[in-house]
Amino acid sequence: MTVIADQPAERELRPPAAGARPAPGPAADEGLARRLKALACTAPLHDLDNRKVNLAGEYGGYAMAEVGLAAIDLVTLHMDFDTGADREIVLARLLPRVAAQSPQRPGAEHQRVARWVLESLINVGSVDRGFRAVYGTFGADGAYVRRDYDFKLIEEVPGPDGGVYLRTTDEAVNVLVGALDTDVTSAQIAAEVKLEVLIRRGRLADAQLAAEQARYRTVQYAETLRRVLDATRRNVRAVDWMQAVPDLIDEALDHIADRYRHENAILTNIRRARDEAEEPSHKRQAAELVDIVKDCIRRHTQLQARLLEAGPLFRAEQDRQAFAAPAARSGIDLYGHLLAPVLRLPIEQAIRPTDAFFAHGAGLRTPTAVRVSDLVELLLTPPVEREHLGAELPDPDLVATPDDSRFSEAQLEAALDLLDLPADAPRRLSGLLAEARRQDPELPYLVALLAVHAASPPVGTAYRQGEERLLFAVDDGATLADPEFGGADLIVGSALLDAVGMAADRKDAQ
Amino acid sequence: MTTPHDASWPAAEAEPAPAALTPGDVADAARLVSFGLQAKLLPARDAEYAELVRRHREDPAFARLADAVATGLNLVVLEVSPRAGMALAAAEESVFAVRMGDYSRRAASETTDRFLHGLAHLAVAAMAFPRPEDLADEGYLGRITVNGVDAFVRQACRRLEEQAELTGDNTDPSSDAPGLEAAWRVWARRSTTGATKDARRLSGSTIGITGKAVAFLVDSGFLQKASDDAGGTYRTTARYQLQVRDLAGSAAMAELIDLGVVPVTDGSATLLPADHSDELVADAGLPFHSL
Repeated sequence: MTVIADQPAERELRPPAAGARPAPGPAADEGLARRLKALACTAPLHDLDNRKVNLAGEYGGYAMAEVGLAAIDLVTLHMDFDTGADREIVLARLLPRVAAQSPQRPGAEHQRVARWVLESLINVGSVDRGFRAVYGTFGADGAYVRRDYDFKLIEEVPGPDGGVYLRTTDEAVNVLVGALDTDVTSAQIAAEVKLEVLIRRGRLADAQLAAEQARYRTVQYAETLRRVLDATRRNVRAVDWMQAVPDLIDEALDHIADRYRHENAILTNIRRARDEAEEPSHKRQAAELVDIVKDCIRRHTQLQARLLEAGPLFRAEQDRQAFAAPAARSGIDLYGHLLAPVLRLPIEQAIRPTDAFFAHGAGLRTPTAVRVSDLVELLLTPPVEREHLGAELPDPDLVATPDDSRFSEAQLEAALDLLDLPADAPRRLSGLLAEARRQDPELPYLVALLAVHAASPPVGTAYRQGEERLLFAVDDGATLADPEFGGADLIVGSALLDAVGMAADRKDAQ
Repeated sequence: MTTPHDASWPAAEAEPAPAALTPGDVADAARLVSFGLQAKLLPARDAEYAELVRRHREDPAFARLADAVATGLNLVVLEVSPRAGMALAAAEESVFAVRMGDYSRRAASETTDRFLHGLAHLAVAAMAFPRPEDLADEGYLGRITVNGVDAFVRQACRRLEEQAELTGDNTDPSSDAPGLEAAWRVWARRSTTGATKDARRLSGSTIGITGKAVAFLVDSGFLQKASDDAGGTYRTTARYQLQVRDLAGSAAMAELIDLGVVPVTDGSATLLPADHSDELVADAGLPFHSL
């Protein structure tokens, strides 16, 4: 168990003087306890900065609490519908901020800091992987009782692929954005109206804040729905499929359709704002807004897919669960008679039934019995050398495949040389063919082939790869007069491409 | 451990059997017990085993002899049938019994860990046989997943937490008396899973603890792995049903009653649909009557 939050909480709680009882009633005491708990949730963040001096090395330059809050932020935003946030993605996104705090330090140290902060927020060292704070209350009889408050900020959850993902807890979200525990739907509508107004007025910094808040709501909404569907999957009978769930699904689908339309409209607006903005900071903010809204739309689409699966899932689960014929009854109901009552007991009592269940329910093991003579032989046998390399691989029999290409490398080079034309002097195909024929009777075929390909130049590829020049061929109607070839006498030339401009365009498009 | 616990030994103990039985019969009876000790072996897979099971059912004298051999070895015979084979359970103080300390070293010293390991076993059984009739129906095949068991317990814990909040109880335990902490809190505050340096499960997490319980039950011949989905998907065997119904359930129940907790239900399932008047709440997957 961590001691992180212990000291500050205790200092806070020490009664001022004997006899002066500070809490006048249970309500005030409760309010105090609630505030103490809220305070405790921030303790791990403060503690990051306090503990950084204990790290071997020079870590004074990093603002750990800032990195910690950023980490909580990133996990919240990357939490997906089914799984939590991918640990590596979170670490990768965290790195630029860490690096910016201390740019002169090596990259390995930045990674170490990011990892340390994330692990500290999970509290990897403790067995519960959580935090504990101690606070005090006055009991009904007026006695002062110290109590343990256990909480987590980032928790690790299993993903469908068997991996471990991260999710922020309610406590962390409260630390992060304050009281988000509101009616999700209405809060979201409010945030979006605000966003639209702000964009129209060109107040992009405020709009970004609003958009980010809207995204938190979206995440929260998805989280609520995920839990409902999860519960359905676990037990069909537990959920009201006559009214409540269909209503909920309809409502959610309506909501998605509405938001989708809305967010697409916003997206168009911001794109315009981005393209028209002249100040670089405005342009950047608008571009970030585009990203956020795109992400919102992606989340809605994901949610919608889940909602459409809900109906078939219910029918399949009903087939599986509901149509089992009721049979004879056993006297014992494991859940109602055992598990539920045990969970209510204090741990020192609860351990007796669980111990009994384990002792009688784990099965039996046949003990290993060894004879002394066997043991001696066993111990004296030299260990078998382990084959690290495994069996030797047979040398594969390689047969040289005959070179059946029509043109040799030298010919290709000669042809490309021939076609390496200056940008301002294109040539006729007929001239090129004649020149090629003088060098090598086979060469004209290759030149013709390349020229025909150039009639439809791979512009897209050249653009993506940032090439600086591109061979092209144009048909201007002239007929080719050649003993071997027929068709159009193409004009073949080189086009220069604006590689720098293209690179900038590409970045923008991403 | 140099005492051989060969199945041939107790055959000698079972000597005061009816005179009509030959040493060969005793050897056969001991052979049947030794088959029963191989928990994963089923009569359907071994002709000799199947023949001995048949003989046990048809020849009362032989059946008494085999049962006597088992009793001499400090074993309890739960059932002898073609579906389960000779289902044996270790009696208390038997050399075949599993001790918590051997099961998990951490559980031997830490009360909370010991509780969590025991609770995991109980939860696996409760999830595998959710309704009372599932335990009685011999054809019933339970199906569990490791992640599902953890989610199931967590949900039950969350219900208790909500209920405590509703009544305004402060469930945060007193720092001076950690033993009075409510049991559900211990499971709820333990991490679900965790990343480790190697790609294994974090052994102290609840999924790690459940995974260990399930793996152990597979070795006991109580579960069979169906797939790797959701942390591992498993089917129950006939032996598990017998063990839980005839032994483990009642043993735990006896302890509970001894503690003065007498859960009273009308014998119908407690995992029931939610009250229709209630609004649908997130995580209302298992609304329970008994809570």
